This record gives sequence, structure tokens and C-alpha cells, in this order.
Amino acid sequence: MNLHEYQAKQILRSGNINTPRGLAAASAEAAVGAANELGGDAWVVKAQIHAGGRGKAGGVKVVKSLDDVRVVAESLLGKPLVTNQNAPDGQPVNQVLVEETLPIARELYLSLLVDRETERVAIVASAAGGMDIEEVAHATPEKVLTEACDPLLGVQDFQCRALAFALELTGEAYKDFCRLLPQLYRVFLANDLSLLEINPLVVTTDNRVLPLDCKMSVDDNALYRRKALAELRDDSQIDAKEAAANAANVNYVALTGNIGCMVNGAGLAMATMDLIQLEGGTPANFLDVGGGATPETVAQGFKIILLDPNVKAVLINIFGGIVRCDVIAEGIIQAVKEVGVKVPVVVRLEGTNAELGRKLLAESGLAILAAESLTHAAKLAVEEAA
Amino acid sequence: MSILVNKDTKVICQGFTGKQGSFHSEQAIAYGTRMVGGVTPGKGGQTHLGLPVFNTVRDAVRQTGAQATMIYVPAAFAADSILEAADAGIEVIVCITEGIPVLDMLNVKAALRANGAKLIGPNCPGIITSGECKIGIMPGVIHQKGKVGIVSRSGTLTYEAVHQTTQLGLGQSTCVGIGGDPIKGLDFIDCLELFEADPQTEAVILVGEIGGSREEEAAEYIRSNMKKPVAAYIAGRTAPKGKRMGHAGAIIAGSAGTADAKIRALETAGVVVALSPAALGEAVQQALAAR
Repeated sequence: MNLHEYQAKQILRSGNINTPRGLAAASAEAAVGAANELGGDAWVVKAQIHAGGRGKAGGVKVVKSLDDVRVVAESLLGKPLVTNQNAPDGQPVNQVLVEETLPIARELYLSLLVDRETERVAIVASAAGGMDIEEVAHATPEKVLTEACDPLLGVQDFQCRALAFALELTGEAYKDFCRLLPQLYRVFLANDLSLLEINPLVVTTDNRVLPLDCKMSVDDNALYRRKALAELRDDSQIDAKEAAANAANVNYVALTGNIGCMVNGAGLAMATMDLIQLEGGTPANFLDVGGGATPETVAQGFKIILLDPNVKAVLINIFGGIVRCDVIAEGIIQAVKEVGVKVPVVVRLEGTNAELGRKLLAESGLAILAAESLTHAAKLAVEEAA
Repeated sequence: MSILVNKDTKVICQGFTGKQGSFHSEQAIAYGTRMVGGVTPGKGGQTHLGLPVFNTVRDAVRQTGAQATMIYVPAAFAADSILEAADAGIEVIVCITEGIPVLDMLNVKAALRANGAKLIGPNCPGIITSGECKIGIMPGVIHQKGKVGIVSRSGTLTYEAVHQTTQLGLGQSTCVGIGGDPIKGLDFIDCLELFEADPQTEAVILVGEIGGSREEEAAEYIRSNMKKPVAAYIAGRTAPKGKRMGHAGAIIAGSAGTADAKIRALETAGVVVALSPAALGEAVQQALAAR
């Protein structure tokens, strides 16, 4: 689950980490009030969305008068902001963050993340801040520095020093940085983060180190023990169908094709998408109803798939293991009747009681096509959607 | 022969008296698994499914000589259950539970490195040695004793591989579902090494998916260390970048973890890669015929 920048910075402050002074605002009026309260003669107005690339997309602006704070806030609020990361639809801007400006000498990159290769929390730093770190890593891998933290020991002073020297920090900036890393590590653990990214981390002209931006992702699996964070979930930032799927506890990812897919198991769901593509079609979604699919989850799945107007056919692929295929078949029949499915439905059932399940579908009198095999199912669905 | 578990392996269940634990213990017993008891804190001394219930894994190991455990406790308590099993000297720990916080797993992995116990999962279907020992949620009926070893990151895709090898009469030695989480126990290479050394296994099927670089590392291992033929399938060729495809580990981050890169690496290592999940059986047949 992603957090907004202003929320992430509040979390940093509660970890005793210095950040630029700033206030979030949900209206142009409130933005002007925030600028007034902050004082000074220049401010940064930043659109709050769960995506990067805001600067290039016009979502971050420096202004020098309260009138301009109002104009910029009005231009951003209530509209979608489209960046290179969330195109083509963009995400709605419901808040802006109004911040003091800083005299910037250098821009660095810093992040903490769970590194699956070392099975540790890794600290990644680079002197090439403000840029896409993926591009930096690709073009100039030597400019990306990594320190992996032993979970039993945490981040060590020698690791902080090594990174600070590599980033050529001196004096106060060196001290700030070496203080900052253990604080960030504690914030990372205390909030069950999977990513904490500061890009850029700036060195000011008076040689202090401050996070100019901050992106945080919380481990969804840990939300049960981070109740305050769970309340920060912002469904306006995700696809409406994905939000409905979250609520129904179903794994759904919206895609751009026209064949709706419902499958049990994440791997098989991806494989089904791939198979549709091999047969010349395009999947409308990824949908995993879980290894133990039930008639109820099948009905939920139908409802979510049919929220997408592009869907011209539905392909259901269930490998009944512990769940019996006849039970699933009954669930499908019931759901098709109940939801009023208007598009062709292709079903492939395999595993326990598959024969019986296919027979039930064939005798249901509904427009359900029972496929003979996985490949046949994909072929049928592609034909029906064409 | 087989790998990790066989007909003599003494198995317990943690979360024994719960709904999931009860159901899958019954299934395991029906399959012929040598179940010797289970653990539910506070219910020690009772009998469940005709087997003794213990308060702690330590008690269960002392009194039954259990060597393997299957864990069906809720995600909030599962990391602790893994550590308890390792501390009690269990050799093979199978954790079915989905949704364990990733920071908990970092701690578990650090502790297991010192302990030496083998963890399978979490968030996996488990392990089965066909006709001998079933520890997990896979349907036993589709399995048939035979010569193909299967290692997979995905549950239902494993069933596809099993189903197809059974239909072709090849059968399976042992199938290990290593799970879809980014931080997990046994990985491809661990299982490939065991399969290479197992006399019953004549060929291996590897089922991978997008995310991480373990398939690439497995390809390198196969190229330099394996004599047995390997077939593979990688799910997620059409998955979009940056989207988590159900499994926490199945995500293409930047340019890393794409299906095409994994397929290329495996093909370079001489692995027969099926482009369709329906062609897994044929792929392993082809790999066997080429030797």
C-alpha cells in the first residue's frame, strides 16, 4: 500500500527526522492559508498522487506570491495528473503539499527496501539524485551504492560512513547523513515498510542534508498490525475495479484487452493470460480467485470482471484440487444467472470431479462453452471475443 | 528414492485442531503420510483424528520423533511457528500460510541460516512424494509415482505439470511447491541439487514466474552442474511492469524480472522451455528423448 508524500514526511518527522516545513491542503483556500502560516516569500506546491514523474508532468511548481499559490493549487486540485508512470489515465489530485523552498547545492538518491537477493533490508544511495534510479543503475551501475543490513544487527556505523564517504559528504552534511540512516532504518522497521525512497535527498548550500521528496510503501501483509497506517489507504489512487477487488479480497489487475479472465492461483492466472496472447487475443485482466476457489468467490469475480465495459468474452480456468469441479460448476451457473452475464463464457475445468462439472455446465441451458483443454479454452475465448 | 520426504518421514501438523489443519491432516493421513501427531498450544494431552495433540513442537518431537511439520497457523503467528519448529530440531518445515509480513521472514531466514533446518514456503502448496508422503494442500489423486521431479513457484501451475506428466505416464518422484513470496525457504537451486542426486528422478520440470532473478540463477546452475534433462515454463510473459500479479514476489521491477529474460537464460542453459502451460508434459518428454 502506497502513502502520499505528505503522509510519508509526517512519519519521518515522528521519527525525529528533519524535513522541509510543509502543510497539506485540499483546497486552493487552504493552500494559501498554509503558505501564509509557513511564511517566507517562495513556496513549492506539490500535487499529491501515488506516482512518480510529477515534476516533469507539471505537478510540482515553485511560486513567489500567495496569488500564485492559489492559481497553481486551483490548476492542480480536483483533476487527474498524468505522468510517465501512470499514463494514460493519471491519478486524481485531492491534496497539494505546500512547502518552504530550500537553497539546494546537491541532489542525492537514497532508498531503503527489502532486497530479495540478499534477504536483507538494503540501503541504496547514489550521487545522481533527482533522476530515475533504474536508468542510472542501467547506464552507470558504478554510481549506485548498496549496503545490506543484517536483520539481527541493523544498520551499522561503518556502513553509514562508507556511504557518506562515497557520496563525498563533508562536515555537517556528513554528520547529518550518518545520523539519518539509523533513523530511517528504525522508521522502516517500525512501520513495516517495503520501500522508503528519498529522491532527491538534498544537500543545502549551508551543508545540511534533508529529504526533499519521500515515497513510502507499506507491506500489505503487515497492515493488520499497523492499523493507523491502514487507515491512510487512498482508493482514489487505484483503478476502481482494483479497489472493488481489494474490498472483495480477490487479486485483480486491470489490463487493456477484451477477454476477462478468472483463474484459481496466481501462477495459473498469469499462464492463462499468456496463453490468450499466444492464441492471438488480449486479456482484459489478471484475476486470481485463490487456490481454494468457492462459488462465492466465483460470483464476486464475475461482478468485478463485468465492471470493465471492454470485456467481450470471459474465460474461466479452474484446476480443482481440494475444491471439487462440480461445486465450482454450480457456482458458475448460479453466478451467470444472478449477475446476468451478457457475453460468452468459456469454462475449462480440470481436476477433482471435472467430468461431472463439465456435464453440469453442458446441461445448464446457459450459453456456457465447456472447453476440452487449456489450449482449446484459450482458442474458444479468442474466437468469441473477436 | 525421492527427495526430502518419503514413506518413513514422521510428520506433525502445527495448527492441528484448526479448520485448515484438521482438513489437510485428514487428507494427508488418507494419502498414507506417516502422521504422528500435531501441535495446538493449550490443547496438549487431547486426541485429534486419532493422534496425540501437544502444546509445543518440542514436546511433539520428544514423544513422537517427528522429522517434518506442516504449518497451518494464521499469518500473524506463522513466523513464530517456523522458529519454534526449527528450535525443536524439525528437519523439514513446510509452511502453507499465506500473508506473512516480509520483515518477519527476514528474521526467520537469518535464524534458519544458523539452524540448518529446511524451510519450504511460506505461501506454497507444500511437498509431495508421489504414493508415499503428502505434506500440503495439493490434490493427491492427480499424482502418480514416477520419474519427473517438479519444483515450482506456483500452486495450481504445479498441478498442471503433475496432471500432464501423469497423463503421459511419466509420473513424479517428488514435487516441491516453493511458494510465491519474495523471501522464502528452499529455492530452485536447492531442489535442483537434490533432484540431480536422487536416483528415482530422471528429469526435472521447473515452473517459474516473473519477478526476482532466481530462475536466471537456476539456469546458470543447470548449465554448470546438471546432467539430468530439465524442462521449464515461466508464467507472466504478458504481465505489465510494476504490477504485483497476485504473488508478492511476482512483480517486474524496472527492467529486472521479466519472463523473456528468464526464458532466454534457461534456453541458453539447454533447458526445453514450453511457451504454453499446456505443453509442459510434452516439453519434459522432449527433454528426456534428447538424452
